Amino acid sequence: MVLDPKVEAQLKEKALNIRRHIVRMTHAAKSGHPGGSLSAVEIMTALYFHVMRLDPNRPEWQERDRFVLSKGHAAPALYATLAERGFFSTQELTTLRQLGSRLQGHPDMKRVPGVEMSTGSLGQGLSVANGMALAGRLDKASWRVYALLGDGECEEGQIWEAAMAAAHYKLDNLIAYLDYNRLQIDGSICAVMNPEPFPEKWKAFGWQVFTVDGHSFSEIIAATEAAQAVQGRPSIIICHTVKGKGVSFMENEADWHGKAPNDEQANKALAELA
Amino acid sequence: MAEKIATRDAYGETLIELGRELKNLVVLDADLSKSTKTAGFAKLFPERFFNMGIAESNLVGTAAGLAAAGKIPFVSTFAVFATGRAYDQIRNSVAYPHLNVKICATHAGITVGEDGASHQALEDIALMRALPGMTVIVPADAPETKQAVRAATKHQGPVYIRLGRSGVPVISPPDYQFEVGQVAVLRPGEDVAIFACGIMVSVALTAAELLAQKDIRAEVINVSTIKPLNVQQVAAAAAKTKAVVTCEEHNIIGGLGSAVAEVLGEHCPVPLERVGINDVFGQSGTPADLLAHYGLTAEKVASAAERAIARKQL
Ligand SMILES: Cc1ncc(C[n+]2csc(CCOP(=O)(O)OP(=O)(O)O)c2C)c(N)n1
Ligand SMILES: [Mg+2]
Repeated sequence: MVLDPKVEAQLKEKALNIRRHIVRMTHAAKSGHPGGSLSAVEIMTALYFHVMRLDPNRPEWQERDRFVLSKGHAAPALYATLAERGFFSTQELTTLRQLGSRLQGHPDMKRVPGVEMSTGSLGQGLSVANGMALAGRLDKASWRVYALLGDGECEEGQIWEAAMAAAHYKLDNLIAYLDYNRLQIDGSICAVMNPEPFPEKWKAFGWQVFTVDGHSFSEIIAATEAAQAVQGRPSIIICHTVKGKGVSFMENEADWHGKAPNDEQANKALAELA
Repeated sequence: MAEKIATRDAYGETLIELGRELKNLVVLDADLSKSTKTAGFAKLFPERFFNMGIAESNLVGTAAGLAAAGKIPFVSTFAVFATGRAYDQIRNSVAYPHLNVKICATHAGITVGEDGASHQALEDIALMRALPGMTVIVPADAPETKQAVRAATKHQGPVYIRLGRSGVPVISPPDYQFEVGQVAVLRPGEDVAIFACGIMVSVALTAAELLAQKDIRAEVINVSTIKPLNVQQVAAAAAKTKAVVTCEEHNIIGGLGSAVAEVLGEHCPVPLERVGINDVFGQSGTPADLLAHYGLTAEKVASAAERAIARKQL
C-alpha cells in the first residue's frame, strides 16, 4: 500500500512532536520510561491520527474505538499522543509523575480523558481488551479494540491465556500490536527469558499474524487494514521496532528502559529530534 | 541525620556473602535484578541465579520446586508483583506445603515514588500475614536487613522479607542482635508505646524526640517480625504505657496496626491510634512528597501519640 505522501508527512510531523514531548516529560519528571515509549510512537500515532474512530471532545463516546496500553510503562507515549490529538493540553505533559498530577507514572483511566484502562502491571491488558471486544460484540457494535503489548511482556503467562481466549471466542474485532524491540529491563529478551518465536506462537494460538516495520506508517496502516478485514479470528501485528528510536544514544540500549535524560542529554535528544 | 542506605542494597550485599557460605542457596528474579539488587549475586554465581523473565507466577512456582528438592531459594521482584501477582502460587505451592522459600520483595510501600499506585504495595504485609506458617519480617534499616536475611536462611519454612527502594537512616544500635520473633525497644518510655516497622521506625524515633519536648515519654519499639508477633512484649508495653500508636508504610488495614490491635483487643485493651495509609491507593510523587502527603511524618506520629494519651485520660 502506498500512503498518500501528504498524509504520511502529517503523521511524521505528529510522531516527531510526540517524541519531543516524551523527552521533555521524562526529563522534567527526572524518571520514567523513554526507551519503550519512543519505540511505540509510530504505532500509536498511526492509531490515534489515522486508524481509530474517536472524538477528543467526547472521550466517553459510546461508538469510539478502544485502545489498551498493556505495556503501561509507555505512559509518556500515550499521554503525549492523547495531548497532541486534543484530549487535553500539551502544556500539562510536563506535570508527568508529580504529586497531584493526572499524569501518573502508569496510566490511570479514572483521571485521564482518553485512557481506556489503568495499566502498569504487565501482562494484563490483553485480557481486558478481550473483555471489551466481547462486550462490543454482545452489543452488536461496530467499534474495535486495539491493544499494544511489549515483547518482554509476552513472557507473562496471562498473555497466552488471553491469546487462547481471543482465538477461542473468534474476536475479529480485536487487533493487537507487538512492540518488538527485542529488549526488556535486564537485557535482550532472548537472553533473559526467550519468548520467541513470536509469529509461530501466535499462529499456533489461532491468531492471524502480520509482520511490519514498526516505524513505517504505510506498513503499519496497510497491515491494520488487512487485519480489519480478517474474519473469525483475532489479529496481531508484529512491529519490528528500535527501543529508544529517534535518540541516537538511547537506541537499542536496555539501560534507557527506565531512566530519564538529564539536562545535557535532553538537549542533545531534542537537537536530534528537530 | 544518620547515614541513609536502602534496605535493598543491604540485601544484595548479604546475598553475595551468603552465596559464598551456602552452596545450596539459589536466587530467582523476574527481570528486575538491577532494581532488586540480585544482579551482584547473578554476576558472581551465574549457575545459581535464574532470571525467570516477566513471569512472577512461574518464578514462585519454580522456587517451590527448588525448595522441595533441597535448595534455599531467594525470590525477588517488586513487592506488588511478588505478593499480588503470585499470591496463589505462594499460598498453594509455598505456604501450604511449608516449603523453604524466602521471598525478599523490594520496592514495597509508598516510597516507590514516581511509578505510582500500580507499583506501590500497600497490602503485602496483610496478604503474607494471613498465610499460615509464613514468617513476615519488615527490617527497619540496612544492618537489620543483613541480619534478617541471614536469619531467614537458618529458619526452616517460608519467609517474607519486605524491603524498600529509598535510602533509610541507620538506627540499629551497633550491638543489635536481630532474632526472628523478637521486638526491639529502641527507646524506653512510660507514657505511650509507639510500635513501628520498616522506614517508620526512624520516623517514630523522631516523633519521640518531638514528644520529649512536651515532656511526654514515648517508648519506641521496632516490630520487625510482624509474624509471628511477639504477643507478650506487645501486651507488656501496652500494659505499662496504657496508650499505643502503630506506624507503618502500609494500609492501616491488615498490617502492623491490625496485628497490634488484635493483641490489644485480646490481652490488654487500651487506646490505639494507627498511623499508615488510610485505605487508599497511592499515587506518583517523590518519596518525600508522598510521605508528607499521606501523613507518614514524625509530626503526625507525635500527634497520634497525644491523641492516644488523651483518650486514656477519659
Ligand atoms: C507484572 C510486572 N512485572 C514486572 C514489571 C516491571 N517492568 C516494567 S517494564 C518491564 C520490562 C518490559 O519489557 P517489554 O515488555 O519488552 O517493554 P518495552 O521494551 O516495550 O519497554 C518490567 C519487567 C511490571 N511492570 N509488571
Ligand atoms: Mg521490549
